[in-house]
Amino acid sequence: MGLNMAGTDMAGTDMAGADMGWETVIGLEIHAQLATRSKIFSGSATAYGALPNTQANLVDLGYPGVLPVLNGEAVRMAVCFGLAIGARISPRSVFARKNYFYPDLPKGYQISQYELPIVAEGALEVVLDDGERKRIGITRAHLEEDAGKSLHEGLPGLTGIDLNRAGTPLIEIVSEPDMRSAREAIAYMKKVHTLVRYLGICDGNMQEGSFRCDANVSVRRRGAAQFGTRAEIKNLNSFRFVEKAINFEVERQIELLESGGKVVQETRLYDPDKGETRSMRSKEAANDYRYFPDPDLLPVLLEPAFVEAVRATLPELPDAKAARFVRDHGLSDYDAGVLTASREIAAFYEDVLQRVGSDPKLCANWVMGDFSAFLNRDNLEVGAAKVDAAHLAGLVSRIVDATISGKIAKEIFEAMWESGASADAVIEQKGLRQITDTGAIEAAIDEVMAKNPGQLADYRSGKDKLFGFFVGQVMKATGGKANPAQLNELLKAKLAG
Amino acid sequence: MSALPPLPAPTVAGLARGLHRGEYSSVELTRACLERIAAGQPELNAFVTVTAEGALSAAQAADDARAAGRAGPLTGVPIAHKDIFCTEGVRTTCGSKMLAEFVSPYDATVVAGLKAAGTVMLGKLNMDEFAMGSSNETSFFGPVRNPWDPALVPGGSSGGSAAAVAARLVPAATATDTGGSIRQPAALCGVTGIKPTYGRASRYGMIAFASSLDQAGLITVSAEDAALLLGPMSGFDPRDSTSVDSPVPDYMATLGDSLEGLTIGVVREFFDKGLDGGCEQRIREAIAVYERLGAKVREVSCPNLPLSVPTYYVVAPAECSSNLARFDGVRFGHRCDSPRNLTDLYSRSRGEGFGAEVKRRIMTGTYVLSAGYFDAYYLKAQRVRQLISADFARAFADCDLLLGPTSPTTAFAIGAKCDDPITMYLNDIYTIGANLAGLPAMSLPCGFAGGLPVGLQLIGPHFSEGRMLNVAHRYQQETDWHLRAPSAWA
Repeated sequence: MGLNMAGTDMAGTDMAGADMGWETVIGLEIHAQLATRSKIFSGSATAYGALPNTQANLVDLGYPGVLPVLNGEAVRMAVCFGLAIGARISPRSVFARKNYFYPDLPKGYQISQYELPIVAEGALEVVLDDGERKRIGITRAHLEEDAGKSLHEGLPGLTGIDLNRAGTPLIEIVSEPDMRSAREAIAYMKKVHTLVRYLGICDGNMQEGSFRCDANVSVRRRGAAQFGTRAEIKNLNSFRFVEKAINFEVERQIELLESGGKVVQETRLYDPDKGETRSMRSKEAANDYRYFPDPDLLPVLLEPAFVEAVRATLPELPDAKAARFVRDHGLSDYDAGVLTASREIAAFYEDVLQRVGSDPKLCANWVMGDFSAFLNRDNLEVGAAKVDAAHLAGLVSRIVDATISGKIAKEIFEAMWESGASADAVIEQKGLRQITDTGAIEAAIDEVMAKNPGQLADYRSGKDKLFGFFVGQVMKATGGKANPAQLNELLKAKLAG
Repeated sequence: MSALPPLPAPTVAGLARGLHRGEYSSVELTRACLERIAAGQPELNAFVTVTAEGALSAAQAADDARAAGRAGPLTGVPIAHKDIFCTEGVRTTCGSKMLAEFVSPYDATVVAGLKAAGTVMLGKLNMDEFAMGSSNETSFFGPVRNPWDPALVPGGSSGGSAAAVAARLVPAATATDTGGSIRQPAALCGVTGIKPTYGRASRYGMIAFASSLDQAGLITVSAEDAALLLGPMSGFDPRDSTSVDSPVPDYMATLGDSLEGLTIGVVREFFDKGLDGGCEQRIREAIAVYERLGAKVREVSCPNLPLSVPTYYVVAPAECSSNLARFDGVRFGHRCDSPRNLTDLYSRSRGEGFGAEVKRRIMTGTYVLSAGYFDAYYLKAQRVRQLISADFARAFADCDLLLGPTSPTTAFAIGAKCDDPITMYLNDIYTIGANLAGLPAMSLPCGFAGGLPVGLQLIGPHFSEGRMLNVAHRYQQETDWHLRAPSAWA
């Protein structure tokens, strides 16, 4: 929720730019770490958080004489992604060497794909805040190895090198410069984030760096044919940072241009503490990477049969799932979008619905409402909550069969969340079963009428608004358990005399 | 040197027979080699490291295996490895100051294969620094000298391998060939050298110079010895994606096949100019030997072959500039004293660790890959490389093997070409084509010019090692050039 608030704030900035006749142009390069067990060119494990350099073998260390061998699983995952965005899968792709010196780059080059990436043009459709749909082009997606990490903390005057991450497989997803605001960029990034987790090819953990992006940002006069000079903001690892960094950068560039300055093509770094971007290196000082095909690796040749076999394993993707929820369950676009944003939540919803057997909207409300709110409050994953699909379905079923009211259900849910008990157990234990016995409700009504002769007289003389007062009093008398519909009907009759 | 006892037999085949018959033990044979190595070292400088202790214990293990009835055809045969192959627990210098103290934590696949076959490693052989050179003068450990005349170079880069086999210090040695580094020193030292098809033997553990050209092979006295040793060092290696997954034939089985019906193509471009007259005469005589053996000989043309030297000197430096980037002073190898900062660490560690020829090639390679030059140099060179491959493919439509000289001249004086890299590079004019096309090739001793050995080169289609060894072996049955040793080392 805080995220949306920030978005709303910053939207003002976008509008300000637009008012002054500026248009923002954004392209993203998303790096998603592929969820393979071993590295892309060696047998070392890829698990996060091991002691420094305990997951780096001779290949990762770039020892003399060692050679890379491609991990077939990384190829399969890249193909999954390509198929999911409707892209052309290259029948022949080539690994190239990107040459530069850095202490955390053991070989002095990064193995990446340059001229012939494994995934060619594709696209994703994102839904913007106003419900508008927008197609974002994806130029390419290629496989590459990650570098290691330089460590400075706790090493005064020294640089430590941790090569555990060196050789971890990445897919770099390069978008077209199709986004026109930070909000569009976030919508696109979230869409990719959802997609890679649906496909099971990336855990999406942004704190651990499994999903991060570089943003290319430029501005131009509205209506201009040419793009403005862009700055590349490196290594953004949260949606919030992406949004803040882009908005800061847009403002910086507009201010610069309006004061007669020029934007320099350069790499910038976002400082989350100060909320600003800073120059890292200009294009003039940039490396000439001297890309050339890696002679240690053969071209990756993909047979159509292989690609089709991968296609057959693709799960139902978020857009298709959302469309099905709208079509078959009668949910709104918005609800379907929220439910399908996470594969786990969507599956949970479908599980609940199947158990209840009816009332998809009610099921959806419970999953998106209290259930999701409690997950967020306690920072839990779907599977970790004490309320599982069977329990939630039990609760919804008691609403459907009128055993409890929706209002009481919220109280019951909270008890279920804490104790892990079933809805029925909580209902019995707390005596929350709804009163549907006409006699009992009538007795309560009579008692209330007897206690409030003044209000009764006023009502009968035309003060209709007092009806609510009587409903409240009867509900109070029954401990909230009276069936609301029955109560309404009986009360009307009695009050009428 | 006359006091030096000769090895009991000049060839691996002969020594293997002696071991098998119990005429001597592997320990005795290994001692004899170690003695010759120690005697040869001051003059020839063929070795960088001699592993006497390890050799004797491996020899003992081989003798034990034989006693237990577990001996194979190569059990107990001593050999030595070019110092480009990583050897576990033994320093692997690649002829460079950069790796002067580097001890490899693992064995190269080729080393492991020959070890598994029972061979005994005597030590590590001198070479041009990172295999860059044609004279063995670029080694950090000093030049190797030619056993036929110590004032002359042995050729390179596998100069230590060629000199050690020529002086009969070891019966056989591994070597590598990127542009002629097995065949040219074999020719200049009067021994047999084979560079197999690219991908036949694994490159894992062989320190990379130019990955698309580097190939492990052998320097031996005879083609038969090469046939014996090639099998165990060849084959698919899951750790080298460029090694080829096709079965290794039994090279011994076809060694004696008849040459009737064989068509040999004599490559016209190899005789155009620059070929020493004495050398040409020996090659013509070798052709006559083949005709006597029943082979048909015809002239063929590979018109793009003269472009092989400039093509090679773009492709090989480009790859080397990238391959040698890992020597940065951070994780292994030479590190400068008290670096002031990262750039200082890089530039001084590399500046101090690499010799002049290596630096020249790194700079050339960096240049040809640079933005703005890549198309004009690297891409164009790759296109020419394809034309050269196509020339060979056309030639093999009409003949089974190609024949020509290995080197334009016999061995030259140490220091004669050091100041002129272009002249030095032209030494490989006949050998580079096979590397660019990935073809197997051999050099065989075919006589002498001015008292110095001349090499005959055979080039075959991909994976024709069996036929090529057969053709070489039949020649060596007709001639005894390969059995000639320098008198000082006989």
